[in-house]
Amino acid sequence: MTYFFELLINGALTGLMYALAALGIVLIYKSAGVPNLAHGAMIMLSAYFIYIFASMVGLSLWLAIPLAAVLMFVFGLVAERVLLRRMVGQPIIMIVMLTLGLDILLRGLAPGFLGAAPKSLNLGIGLAPIIVEGVFINRAYLYGAAVAVAMIVLSLLFFQTRLGTKLRAVSDDHVSSWSVGISVERAIGISWGLAGVSAVAAGALWGSAQGVDWTLSTLLFPAIAVVILGGLDSIWGVLVGGLLVGILGSVVPGYLDPLVGGGTRDVVTSLIILGTILVRPNGMFGREDIERV
Amino acid sequence: MFYRLAGVYHTTYAGERKLWPVPADRWQALGVLALAVLAPLLVGDLYLSSYLLPWLVWTAAALSLTLLMGVAGQLHFGFAAVMAIGAYTAIHLTRAGVPFEFALLGAGLMAAVIGSLFGAAALRVKGLYLVMATLAMQYLVDWTIINVPAISGGAQATLQAPEVSFLGAPMTNGTVQYYGALLWAVILTVFIMNIKRTAFGRALVAVRDKDFAAAVIGVNVFKYKLLAFFTSSFLGGVSGAVLAFCYYEAVTPEQFSFDVSIQFVAMVLVGGLGSVIGAYLGAAFVLLLPIVLTNLVAALADSGVIAMSQNLQSHIPLMAYGGLIIAFLLFEPLGLAKIYDNVRNYFLVWPFQHTRN
Repeated sequence: MTYFFELLINGALTGLMYALAALGIVLIYKSAGVPNLAHGAMIMLSAYFIYIFASMVGLSLWLAIPLAAVLMFVFGLVAERVLLRRMVGQPIIMIVMLTLGLDILLRGLAPGFLGAAPKSLNLGIGLAPIIVEGVFINRAYLYGAAVAVAMIVLSLLFFQTRLGTKLRAVSDDHVSSWSVGISVERAIGISWGLAGVSAVAAGALWGSAQGVDWTLSTLLFPAIAVVILGGLDSIWGVLVGGLLVGILGSVVPGYLDPLVGGGTRDVVTSLIILGTILVRPNGMFGREDIERV
Repeated sequence: MFYRLAGVYHTTYAGERKLWPVPADRWQALGVLALAVLAPLLVGDLYLSSYLLPWLVWTAAALSLTLLMGVAGQLHFGFAAVMAIGAYTAIHLTRAGVPFEFALLGAGLMAAVIGSLFGAAALRVKGLYLVMATLAMQYLVDWTIINVPAISGGAQATLQAPEVSFLGAPMTNGTVQYYGALLWAVILTVFIMNIKRTAFGRALVAVRDKDFAAAVIGVNVFKYKLLAFFTSSFLGGVSGAVLAFCYYEAVTPEQFSFDVSIQFVAMVLVGGLGSVIGAYLGAAFVLLLPIVLTNLVAALADSGVIAMSQNLQSHIPLMAYGGLIIAFLLFEPLGLAKIYDNVRNYFLVWPFQHTRN
């Protein structure tokens, strides 16, 4: 039973960190309607930025992370302005492919200039696990989950502010927002910037948990499962979806991997995506759009 | 001047239905075909087997995907998995002693049956959700192949293609392999070029343009979406088998990974969605450009013109590939086929530019 609880708790904590990775995708989809498949690469890029500032320049983490956040905010703004704004009105396949192109470009760019070998990013989180009643809890995941919850709650609160209200209006209807004087372009740009900032949080935590290299961009896959399950435009969905994906992705492989020889986590994630799409395409909390001829 | 034509005017119904209304186009196509047939005499073995042959096979695969994405408008991000099913089926069938000709059919059928399962998702959702569903299926197929030793061939996970012969010609000879790939590419080209002239193709186009509207005018959307997945997966499965026997001669799961699926989508998009010549151009672009670029960068670095680390050298093709996909989508969303079309339109009336409207 201890084994089960260990899988359950660590799975839930990882799931919350997946939710943090997924938050950026939701922020962008919510306002712009663009599925950002480059978000994995943006997380990777953030981790590289933090690594550059902290290890190569030698700044303290308290400075390195905010600096990276500023850079990624600008990166998000620029990506939206230069790439995505030109794609308005194009078929969805073009937009998906564009973000994948960005993903491939970044995956070449960062390791190309900084070396492909994994780099360690030390956030000062101890390696020793916390032991509660015989259950080993990974300290990195625990802090990660706490930050993730904080970030998600912050973004929920943000949507209550004046700017957040504008973003919500934009996410509801672009044309109506325009007609009441909201700059839709600016709102979409800001949501890209915010996604960049959330990528920094994800990059710092995942980078410290598994090292900084291109494999960070593969976080995209679980993040997609989270947003599909939770609903592409729901922040609550990210929280619940993250917990479910994390728990299922930890408990099921925990018992199945020894039987079939590994790798069932990807299978569980795939099945979650497939099952959600076939049963309830808009996810648990997603908005359902009605289509007319 | 080159086309020797004052305009395209149809005087008969048969003339209007011609595949190439402009005679010069027909001569061009025949000329290219003749060059392709004579290629083993014209170019060295190395170029034949490492550039021309893969180009033809990848074009065949891109054409199979064109049927689905360009003609029927269904998105597919797991096409490499479909090809993997074809490749593994063909190899297992030939190992079991089935003649290669029938193994190819078996590969196509197996891929078509499993590929239609991908289509089951298309019956329920479209657009972005279809992308995600096919992406998830790619992972499932990959995992199944890797983790079932009976399929992947045990610990090493590499399965040698047995020596077979196609219509009496041994498929281990480089020239025969090339002709095998060429034959399949030509068959597919003719098929895709003609498909829009059939009732089946027109129904697919109607579904692509708006599935609800197609249903209103009496197209059975359910049937045609599934048929599109079936046909395209059949062709993709055979292409996978051709790839395994003509090019790789052995299969491993990595040859059909998710990245390869993205490559196929990139080929179709960069070439020009739904265009036959686009599949050829797109396949050349996505497949050959990184190779050329790698060689170029390596040559430049070796000669000392530009100093760069080994590491940067090895990542430049990836950057260029991503950057070019972005550039194409931004600056020429209709792809290489549109560029070809622009050039052709220019020369169609050259030097009388004013006649263009």
